[in-house]
Amino acid sequence: MSALLSLLQALENKQITARELTQHAIERAQAQGALNALCTDSFTQANAQAEQIDAHGSAGQRLGGIPMAHKDLFCTQGVRTSCGSKMLREFVPPYSAHIVDTLAQAGAISIGKTNMDEFAMGSSNEFSDFGACINPWSPADDLRVPGGSSGGSAALVAARVLPFATASDTGGSIRQPAAFCGVTGIKPSYGRVSRFGMIAYASSLDQAGVIAESAQDCALVLQHMAGFDARDATCRDLPVPDYSAALNGSLRGLRIGVARFDQSGADAAVIDATRAALAQFEKLGAQLIDVEIPQQQAAIACYYVIAPCEASSNLSRFDGVRYGHRTPDAKSLQEHYEKTRAEGFGAEVKRRILIGCYALSSGYFDAYFLRAQKLRRLIAQSYAQLFQRVDLIATPTAPHLAPAMGAGVKDPIAQYLADVFTVGANLAGLPAMSVPCGFSNALPIGLQLIAPAFEECRLLAAAHQFQLHSDYHRARPPGVEAFAKGLGGQKP
Amino acid sequence: MTISIETVKRMATLARISLDGADISALQRDLDRVLALFAELESVNVDGVEPLFHPGDPSLTLRTDVVTEVDQRTQFQSLAAETSGDLYLVPKVLESTP
Repeated sequence: MSALLSLLQALENKQITARELTQHAIERAQAQGALNALCTDSFTQANAQAEQIDAHGSAGQRLGGIPMAHKDLFCTQGVRTSCGSKMLREFVPPYSAHIVDTLAQAGAISIGKTNMDEFAMGSSNEFSDFGACINPWSPADDLRVPGGSSGGSAALVAARVLPFATASDTGGSIRQPAAFCGVTGIKPSYGRVSRFGMIAYASSLDQAGVIAESAQDCALVLQHMAGFDARDATCRDLPVPDYSAALNGSLRGLRIGVARFDQSGADAAVIDATRAALAQFEKLGAQLIDVEIPQQQAAIACYYVIAPCEASSNLSRFDGVRYGHRTPDAKSLQEHYEKTRAEGFGAEVKRRILIGCYALSSGYFDAYFLRAQKLRRLIAQSYAQLFQRVDLIATPTAPHLAPAMGAGVKDPIAQYLADVFTVGANLAGLPAMSVPCGFSNALPIGLQLIAPAFEECRLLAAAHQFQLHSDYHRARPPGVEAFAKGLGGQKP
Repeated sequence: MTISIETVKRMATLARISLDGADISALQRDLDRVLALFAELESVNVDGVEPLFHPGDPSLTLRTDVVTEVDQRTQFQSLAAETSGDLYLVPKVLESTP
């Protein structure tokens, strides 16, 4: 039984109370404070919510009493939402994001906010106003990054502080940290989950999702995130299937397109683990078909034009007038804007805003922005054609293992290239997952699966069937005990 | 293609971000490398291709034309550094004439 299901059963059987479970998560969060994964806590509110559930029951609340945390870019009414930025260091939103509300309605109890790269720009979680988050798998004398931008969410689930955490993905920000931390993450299709109340980075690419121990748990949580919300104009009004009911679909006859990744510059260990995982899929009845993802390298360029362009536009709202940081001593309006933004934004955010400004500026708009959007159509068409031949596409999630702390800050542009496998799904709006599939030097490796738009069921079922026959997702970092260990007589 | 210091300064002005000398040199180097990355766009022929600004179905969902927002001005203004009545305050824009 999955981590989340066994907790729900223990709650239902009154083996534990929601208050005990919440307190247990809080204590684990405190014990793992050195990871710097939780940047703001809401322990008081969490305990109050748990007591309510214990007093009044959680009838109809499928996640009633389950502690979790939200990535710090989801607005949480009354709880600081900083997006990892000095710009929003004091920002307490007057409203909550759609998924914060729906998960609370399902009975999930948020114990706080998870650390992240500032405004979700980064893939190492080193670009945070709260400082870097640490990968729980790090050897003692060799600190590794958890990946990013949802590094805090992945680290908390990996360290078994929480059974799940919300996350977001613009170019791989759910999948890559999930891979580096040995946990399971799903980026749903564009339009599947409302982004209302999710602070925007690049609006045509951003999507909210979840990181948990297993595909089974991702399915349970996604059920309470997916669905129509009129407040997000890009959210599609389509029925939400029963994700958990779909998990038992057989892999027999499933056609998996295996992208050519051996010449992608990926580490040998990553290639070996990916091949071994695919051999397991084949053993379970899937058919492996060699495919080529056209424009894989050009997709990175495409992404790093479009995302900064949208970011430079989205982040223009941070002007120090209505909310957020404001410089104290500007003499003119121009100086007010320039100093407020210089003080409030970190290095990577400034870099991307400037890249976006450049690509959108007169004389370069056609060569960069418009050309990238045309290429994007070709990329989306290529995926659509591929999915006429195959049911899923498999690649490594990231070409390398979790890098050493400091590498991303030293050479941020080199980090961009490591998004080679993940950005395609965002450009084309496709759902994708990362599933733990091996280890090298005691660091986790992730397998990425990509499905056609709105085929989350197929994705989750394939990941679940793989996890029924593998143990990588159950592996815990050294010294970390199962979440339920020491709780109400639960077995680890 | 190489980006000049003047171009970096112009972008910073457009982005309303003040930069000091060290920032400008570092950003010049970074932008040069990013432009080298962008050169990959040239490797694909996109002649006659329509741009794709959003993935998926571009049709918008329509809703009933009724007011759904409630007045939260006081709450929203409480987040601002400086307000006066129903106004947000910023540094003086117009210089007083001598």
